[in-house]
Amino acid sequence: MADAPLFEATDIHKVFPGVVALAGVSAHLRVGECLAVVGENGAGKSTLMKVMAGVYQPDGGTMRLAGREVRIADPADAINAGVMLIHQELNLAENLTVAANLFLGRERTFGGPLGLLARREMARASAGPLGRVGLPPEFADHTVGDLPPGQKQLVEIARALSLDARIIIMDEPTSSLTQGETDRLYEVIDDLKQAGVGVVYISHRLAEVKRVADRVTVLRDGKNAGEVGRDQISHDNLIRLMVGRELKQLYHRNRGGRASGQPLLELRDVRYRGGPSHPISLSVYPGEVLGMAGLVGAGRTELAEAVFGIRPIESGAVLLDGRPLVVRGPKDAIRAGVALVPEDRRLHGLLLPEGVGFNLALPNLARVSHLGLVSPGGERALGRKWVDRLRVKTPGLGQPVGLLSGGNQQKVVFGKWLAGGPKVLILDEPTRGVDVGARGEIYAVIDELTSAGAAVWMISSDMEEVLGMSDRIAVLHEGRLAGVLSRDRFREEDVMRLATGAH
Amino acid sequence: MNRILGVLSLLVVMYALLFATNFEYAAKWSNLKDVLSQQAFFGVLTLGVGVLIITGGIDLSIGSVVGFSAVLFGVLMRNGVPPVAAAVAVIGCGAVIGLINAGLITGLKLQPFLVTLCGLFVYRGAARMLSPGRPVGLQGVLTEVREGGTPEAYEAFRSQLEFLRKALVGKDLDGELGFPMQVVVMLVLAAVVGVLVHYSVYGRYWFAIGHNEQAARYAGVPTGRQKFAVYVLCSTLASLGGILMLLDYSSATPESAGETWELYAITGAVLGGCSLRGGEGTVPGMVLGAAVLPLLRNLISFVGSIPWVFERVKIDPIIPALVGLTLLFGTIADEFFRRRSKVHR
Repeated sequence: MADAPLFEATDIHKVFPGVVALAGVSAHLRVGECLAVVGENGAGKSTLMKVMAGVYQPDGGTMRLAGREVRIADPADAINAGVMLIHQELNLAENLTVAANLFLGRERTFGGPLGLLARREMARASAGPLGRVGLPPEFADHTVGDLPPGQKQLVEIARALSLDARIIIMDEPTSSLTQGETDRLYEVIDDLKQAGVGVVYISHRLAEVKRVADRVTVLRDGKNAGEVGRDQISHDNLIRLMVGRELKQLYHRNRGGRASGQPLLELRDVRYRGGPSHPISLSVYPGEVLGMAGLVGAGRTELAEAVFGIRPIESGAVLLDGRPLVVRGPKDAIRAGVALVPEDRRLHGLLLPEGVGFNLALPNLARVSHLGLVSPGGERALGRKWVDRLRVKTPGLGQPVGLLSGGNQQKVVFGKWLAGGPKVLILDEPTRGVDVGARGEIYAVIDELTSAGAAVWMISSDMEEVLGMSDRIAVLHEGRLAGVLSRDRFREEDVMRLATGAH
Repeated sequence: MNRILGVLSLLVVMYALLFATNFEYAAKWSNLKDVLSQQAFFGVLTLGVGVLIITGGIDLSIGSVVGFSAVLFGVLMRNGVPPVAAAVAVIGCGAVIGLINAGLITGLKLQPFLVTLCGLFVYRGAARMLSPGRPVGLQGVLTEVREGGTPEAYEAFRSQLEFLRKALVGKDLDGELGFPMQVVVMLVLAAVVGVLVHYSVYGRYWFAIGHNEQAARYAGVPTGRQKFAVYVLCSTLASLGGILMLLDYSSATPESAGETWELYAITGAVLGGCSLRGGEGTVPGMVLGAAVLPLLRNLISFVGSIPWVFERVKIDPIIPALVGLTLLFGTIADEFFRRRSKVHR
């Protein structure tokens, strides 16, 4: 270990209009170390990282790189200093290829005034970084926009690696990755540490932190709440520091045998456009949570979209409560009582510039309007009711939803569907990018829903979540239903076996 | 709100300039009512395209639809169709044009810019085909009808035409402008559209579609149907504009009637707060925004009549440039206000 830490931030202050984000936070990172930074949403993790990466300027405090005090005025400064931030919301150019993204800003050319791009050379040179994140060289020519979120994430990391950063900050890097890809990431991090690179790892997933971190620093309300060394990392320790109190078990479940009676939602030999040729049949019973696991790209989201009306169904039948359900678009599904909380809430789940009240009311306008005219009182009442019930932290109903934290945004997405009293709720990665506190609240809502007799179809790549919340687990593999596990046979290995196609 | 105040203050300043100068006729009612008529006319067009812009769409064919409608109106009447019936038919045609636009855009998933750009050429051509080489005019219409039918029929036609002209535009058959009725027409339409946009579920759908059509669809908004509705609204108002135009100016040339007016309408919408990205706009803003350019033209023509200016500068060619500069200035001012009011994130 070097004498001076690789990076040291001391007493950092950062204030935004109306909110104190950092009230004197200190942290340090040694060469070849992985430091995890955890804390609830709003604790200051993202702000601290952005200060380190030059996106924000601190209002107070100092930063030192290898003992020398530095001032990082903008992201370019940070990159020059070797500090690279990989955002949770990816920063890729969707319409360009993977290779183009890796070399964005430092394209290789043939020289000369025209600056002609040396595309083949860049594609070849991409193979190295791509390999380090487990992607084959052919990926260099794929268009980023066509890749699923999991692979886009890997491209981002490959880009950081190709820039030879000395400090890589990863903000929720595994939020779109499957278990296999996450394991690959751990290997990559191990390699980086060996090479002397320092890694700062921000995550809500405490199991990951335990695997990957040498030290954990916990933030709470903009201040340091404590630090934990490798041997003392435990779920309870970390949560206690994050929340300041003991948190009861996250998955309060009195789950038990439920698969009885008539299914509420039934798919019989369903094939949809763009889907696999093999038809899928499955059932979701009233009062149960059917977890759906599978590798990224297994076709879970696509199947849900087909039931919801986004993708046309080509053959087979969907039955709701025993009756055939014909859906030509989401509107039909919603009217029948089927709702979908989409995987990408910012892209599909919310209208970001509009207020909380607007978003909550949008699918429920019929309920708060008369003769086509919206009743402002009715809309306000609906908004207040669900903001209170779901404990959405927002300054008001008019607050643009894009400014809320991930967890609160997700609650708004939930709220707009719950207001309509759905019979079947399809959830696609319901707690991705959501902090511990909000996560618990969302699970409680799911519990309430099922107790009231609704059926929940929950797609998730979070193994803990799937195992903890489901009554049964359906596993997809390359578009086919590989198997359905009942609760007495829940084991992570079994799920993974089915998901990877082994038998 | 900021936007509305901005365009309102712009108008106030321009009116103040108009009055402050000692131009002989500037401040007289005879001039002002002319300006009001034009402001109301473009207001009708702007209402249509403004709503469309809120949903993230655009219609470049409005000017040609105005021209086509005016010519169609004249041609129908020339062939003996009673004025009111002709007007209804023309508006029906406008609705059909809207359906065609929407069908191509939602059905074939073509870009609105391209589809309506084609419309711009196609409907101009259609206008020329309706009345090749020959302008349509109210006087010509009356002559044709008189020669083609009985005196009673002519009398009935003539009084119907006079009624229509007075009711919608405020002019009698000699062309004397009494009260600028187009203002009333526009305000009634603005009230209806305003309620739709700001108080009804449809307005909500339109803003949602403008912000993010995918997300709106995921939330159950009937995006296809709503897009049809707004394209039909836009073209229908444009065809109403064509009728107003013929009634106001008494004649229309198929080759050029309505040319470039789509840009005036769109500029009016943008000045009034509609963002071309979609999801933003207000009806009061549209009305006020549409009022800027006709007033600007009026102001410029007076400035151009000052001998000092007249000798040095050719005013007419400058008008388009000044329109463009106004739009640019309005956009810059809007960005400035927008940045100051948003919390920096």
